[in-house]
Amino acid sequence: MHYWLSTLIGVPVVGAIGVAAVKNDQRAKQATLGISLLVLALAVAMAVQFSPNGDKFQFTETYNWVPSFGVHFGLGVDGIALVLILLSVVLVPIVVLASWHEAEKGKRSARTYFALLLVLEAMMIGVFAATDVFLFYVFFEAMLIPMYFMIGSYGGAQRSYAAVKFLLYSLFGGLLMLVAVIALYTIAGKGSFMFSDLVGSIQDVGTQKWLFLGFFIAFAIKAPLWPFHTWLPDAAAQAPAGAAVLLVGVLDKVGTYGMLRFCLELFPDASHYFTPLVLVLSVVGIVYGAIVAIGQTDMKRLIAYTSISHFGFITLGVFAITVNAASGATLYMVNHGFSTGALFLIAGFLIHRRGSQYISDYGGVQKVAPLLAGTFLVAGLSGLALPGLNSFVSEFMVLIGSYETQPVYAIIATSGVVLAAIYILWMYQRTMNGPTADSVREMKDLNGREKWVLAPLIAVIIALGFFPKPLLDVINPAVKDSISQVQHVQEASKASVAQEGQ
Amino acid sequence: MNGTIPAPTIEYALLAPMLVVFGAAIIGVLVEAFAPRYLRSAIHKPLTLLALAGAFVITIWQARTNIPTRPSAMGAVAIDGPALFIWGTILVLAFVSVLLINDEGHFVASASAVPGSAEEERALTEGAVHTEVYPLVLFAVGGMLLFPAANDLLAMFVALEVMSLPLYLLCGLARRRRLLSQEAAVKYFLLGAFSSAFFLYGTALLYGYAGSVDLAKIGSALGSVGGQDTLLYIGVAMLGVGLLFKIGAAPFQAWKPDVYQGSPTPITALMASGTLVAAFGALLRVFWVALGGLQWSWTPIMWGVAILTMVVGAILAITQTDIKRMLAYSSIAHGGFLLIGVVALGDKQQHNVSALSALLFYLVAYGFTTVGAFAIVTTVRDAGGEAWHLSRWAGLGKRRPLVAVVFSLFLLAFAGIPLTSGFFGKYAVFQAAVEAGATPLVVVGVVSSAIAAFFYVRVIVLMFFSDPAADGPSVVIPGGTWAVGAAAVLATVVLGVFPQPVLDLAHTAAQSLFVR
Repeated sequence: MHYWLSTLIGVPVVGAIGVAAVKNDQRAKQATLGISLLVLALAVAMAVQFSPNGDKFQFTETYNWVPSFGVHFGLGVDGIALVLILLSVVLVPIVVLASWHEAEKGKRSARTYFALLLVLEAMMIGVFAATDVFLFYVFFEAMLIPMYFMIGSYGGAQRSYAAVKFLLYSLFGGLLMLVAVIALYTIAGKGSFMFSDLVGSIQDVGTQKWLFLGFFIAFAIKAPLWPFHTWLPDAAAQAPAGAAVLLVGVLDKVGTYGMLRFCLELFPDASHYFTPLVLVLSVVGIVYGAIVAIGQTDMKRLIAYTSISHFGFITLGVFAITVNAASGATLYMVNHGFSTGALFLIAGFLIHRRGSQYISDYGGVQKVAPLLAGTFLVAGLSGLALPGLNSFVSEFMVLIGSYETQPVYAIIATSGVVLAAIYILWMYQRTMNGPTADSVREMKDLNGREKWVLAPLIAVIIALGFFPKPLLDVINPAVKDSISQVQHVQEASKASVAQEGQ
Repeated sequence: MNGTIPAPTIEYALLAPMLVVFGAAIIGVLVEAFAPRYLRSAIHKPLTLLALAGAFVITIWQARTNIPTRPSAMGAVAIDGPALFIWGTILVLAFVSVLLINDEGHFVASASAVPGSAEEERALTEGAVHTEVYPLVLFAVGGMLLFPAANDLLAMFVALEVMSLPLYLLCGLARRRRLLSQEAAVKYFLLGAFSSAFFLYGTALLYGYAGSVDLAKIGSALGSVGGQDTLLYIGVAMLGVGLLFKIGAAPFQAWKPDVYQGSPTPITALMASGTLVAAFGALLRVFWVALGGLQWSWTPIMWGVAILTMVVGAILAITQTDIKRMLAYSSIAHGGFLLIGVVALGDKQQHNVSALSALLFYLVAYGFTTVGAFAIVTTVRDAGGEAWHLSRWAGLGKRRPLVAVVFSLFLLAFAGIPLTSGFFGKYAVFQAAVEAGATPLVVVGVVSSAIAAFFYVRVIVLMFFSDPAADGPSVVIPGGTWAVGAAAVLATVVLGVFPQPVLDLAHTAAQSLFVR
């Protein structure tokens, strides 16, 4: 028995309580950074012991939690969960460092902000590591609360509107999922919520469809997929930059992760049935998000809309049901976390300096702050999937992989690549190039802390662009396993169509 | 001819919790009559608390030793697993509610003085207090204990009145906003009297149908008596009106906001927790023991009532500006969620146990959170008493973070966020309903939860995300309120994280079902 995952969850929780108790804000920040680095070290130590071709779930721990309801505190990771946990634990210390002065502006309690950050970290790890559907649901819903307070207490001018919209959208989706979770448990009749017990327990296609919808709508709101996306631009634009990174970079991945893990594996027939619908929504999202992003005047909203486009790619990859596409989608989740994270953070630095979110208030920043502009360009180019940077690999895999089964959708999706070049480069051009605007003439370049924030992100962006193999090695077996059920269904339906044709 | 009348047998030991409470209430009346004014409150407080604690200890002891399988007191009272569980719950909730009556600011100095008159002025300067509050509360609690345990309709009616009459009076005793309080008392009394009349009329009709007021005999008459269906259905409907009124189910919910708003807050807490628990106990007993065989007839109506109650409660709460009215509508919505559990009482033994234990758990979870929420309401005060208007709560999170955090916890529990007690309560009821095939009802429940979440969250927004007013309310936390708040927080968190022990307890209690 090993306690890797419960330690990973426990350390930030205990840390959060400690940080909340510390009276000195400076100490609280240092402690938070220390704890998040400790969690990172632990996670890396765990990850190196992961064997890609071993059991499906590794580092498993199972305790009875509420036996009356068949609920376990079940933890375990496969390749997909592992890389997403790594994404979370890498981003948290970066966000802590980036948010160093975040909570000081409004005289609000800084230590509360950092304590919430640690609670959120514990829940992010928990949600990916849960092998019990009920436990997953608990984390899925509970993680809204710290994020709600981070947006609502520390965000921009419209923060309370954005926070409430975020919470209610997610809560509504979550409650629909709750009905599906209960129905799944009852219909399966296994007396257990363990994922391994529930897989394959629902055979009836009609039932699968209803349950699929319950789960899928919750995930689609979370991801967010068009047309459930309207909360994201508000939330991301109003959230403090650090919280926005975690919101878009990690929290939203829970939606796409859920589709891959729960929708495909628990309801393969329904997934097959709904594939065309999901693909249409994905492709609409890709194009719609990109076009709307071009029209944005607010930097954070623009980045949020680019994410909607990128989430379209991820769901396209998940529901194309090929190994390449699904692996690409998983890798995309990780890459998007890093590149969008970098974009949000740099936008946050810019906004902190100039005090405005609007693109029109900037111009020619490149001349006064070359480093800031340079990192912005690298992060942006990663966002538009330039070859040699991380997103290229995943976007290419998604497109190639989905072309195998869904050529039409793949071709339409490709237009997103072109549009991405427009929204990123045009934003860069308007803010960084051209004559230096008077208002930014005094702007300082990155300071030491900010360099420490961005250096790891840029390093990861470049490293994963050239050498994604370690991640793919871990992801591939897990993905193969995840989509195998749906592949069986597909083959069966093809066979029956062929028979009818004869 | 044998002229002797057999003496009735009464199991005093089994009835001990009730007897203790009623006995203490009577001693309280004697104290009012004979003890000097300055001593009364010093005697009442320990007496009341000790009586409630003692009754609770006896209840526990009974539950551990023997749970009777037959009705007691010549069939008038049924003390079974669910009844003991409900007793325990009511006694604990009443205990913490009484702890809230800890400073004299809640109750009027002289109830008979016209508001604003010279008499009132004089009573205030003399420092007069109504210590009758304590025996009245004990009588009400005694009624609450008898109500869910009554095994025939007449005993139940008596319990209903014993429970309600002191509450009508207590409602009118608020120190501040006296006209509102008196209006609440009158409304509650008139509507309550109507509903009692309905209940009694229903009892009469059912007696006409079955030839008995005994619940079990009515139940067995369902299969044997024919050709009297009109009597039966009208009787059941009338009985239902009387019971649903006490729960505050739509369309009989109109009294709840007014009464909750007007009553002294500790009494509101007692009503919102204790009365609700007792009324649900009685409703379950009537519809399960007496009318279980008629399930096919009343279930569709119960569906409608549950849906209406949830939707009305959740939607009307959105427009409220008074914190107590908002909590009242929230209580209506929760009554609707509980009714889902009543519907889930199916014809299979398995379903019954899980639905019943879900309801029992929900009642415990909701009761504690409610008392906690009203406890917080009593602490936030303006110059003229409690700061009732929601806008006065703005920025509380910055002035008094702890109070705001605790209140948010209760609100999140009401909204059913995981890791709070409210979540497992809702989950248990929803799960029982899905098992019993009432999935559409669960979907409505989930949608109303989402609507309800909006107004809970709105209060959190107000407390944390808006700036405090310059002349904001002050926060006064007497010792007893501290204890209540702490107990409620503990219950909300522990039941939200480790619900298993209480679930087990509820399950064991439900296992024996209601005795017939």
